[in-house]
Amino acid sequence: MSEYTAEGGHGAVPTEGVEGASGTPRRGWPLYEVFVRGKRGLNHVHVGSLHAADDEMALHHARDLYTRRNEGVSIWVVQAQDITASSPDEKDPFFAPSADKVYRHPTFYAIPEDVPHL
Amino acid sequence: MNTDEDATNAYQSLADTVGHDDPRWAFGSGVEDVQAEITSPVPDGVEPADLAAYCLMLGDDALVCSQRLTEWVTNAPELEEEVALANTALDLLGQARVLLARAGHVRGAGQDEDALAYLRAEAEFRNVALAELPDDLDFARAIARLLLFATWRLALLSRLLGSRDPVIAAVAGKGVKELTYHRDHAARWTLRLGDGTPESHRRMQAALDAVWPHVEELFRTSEVERRLADAGVAVDPAQTREEVDAVLDEVLARATLTRPAVPPAGTIGGRGGRQGLHTEHLGHVLAEMQSLARRHPGATW
Repeated sequence: MSEYTAEGGHGAVPTEGVEGASGTPRRGWPLYEVFVRGKRGLNHVHVGSLHAADDEMALHHARDLYTRRNEGVSIWVVQAQDITASSPDEKDPFFAPSADKVYRHPTFYAIPEDVPHL
Repeated sequence: MNTDEDATNAYQSLADTVGHDDPRWAFGSGVEDVQAEITSPVPDGVEPADLAAYCLMLGDDALVCSQRLTEWVTNAPELEEEVALANTALDLLGQARVLLARAGHVRGAGQDEDALAYLRAEAEFRNVALAELPDDLDFARAIARLLLFATWRLALLSRLLGSRDPVIAAVAGKGVKELTYHRDHAARWTLRLGDGTPESHRRMQAALDAVWPHVEELFRTSEVERRLADAGVAVDPAQTREEVDAVLDEVLARATLTRPAVPPAGTIGGRGGRQGLHTEHLGHVLAEMQSLARRHPGATW
């Protein structure tokens, strides 16, 4: 990450690609994934991604990009590279074995109507 | 209530709270019936002309600054920052709309917010010079201006929460939250750039030096403001100096920037932006902002 410095302690600023600097154009800011918990939603839900120089800026960008229409009450951001994801190639070994195990679904119980969020 | 949808759709609350065909969307979400407030009676003992003039001052500050911020759309250094600046511009536009509508109503000359925004001449605008200065697409300039403007306007509006005029008090109530975020956004960038690299420090300092001559005007009290402050409607801007100075000193110190020691821009015969005397830059702002409305009067979309 030689293109950035946070020497002042207030977050990263680009050191290359700015006027008067030499070298290659600066690399883009790292990618973040954004999760928003809606007003009445129960969980944080993935809503999109953005670029930011550091975590703090990512949180503020998320506020500006993904809560403009009064959607959220809480935001999480995480660097995309820190997410470990399952691969589409492994779809069958990962998920197919659970497809025929109907007994794992609680469909054999009568669910009371006044119990929410089941 | 469909809980499945709630859990998987973060945008569900949007559909419930703000209809897509709500004509007041530009006021921002969560605004009650603005029209009812705008037609509130003028407070006792207040000259309607003074109140209208004061609403124009506060409204024009927001309108012109909003227009300058809007120039960054398609020009900002990063897409995310572009949206942030546009959000700020829209917040200020929302404040301007209510204030101009109030001014038009109090004047009683049949001018609505659009007529006041798009059909007034330069000398009829009452904004301070800080709002109209060009950034010349220098991002540090945009941040320097926003830092000064938001810090000052937040100090003003937080003192207007108890204004005897219900519209001004309502704008202040909504605006304080908005401006707190604007100030925070500008302060973060000031720290980042000022305390960043030698190049970013140099450019941030140069930007501050460029806008600083227009700080003094922010604390100059006009006759209208003096009368309305006595009547409990306005705030004497001179009273905000201490708070503004303290905030700026703290931000600049942490950003390793120097408070510019530049002489303030003077008045001409005691007149400045509040009296309709502007820098040469306002004409360019208005030419762009008003061109469509003047070319196609009454156009709708």
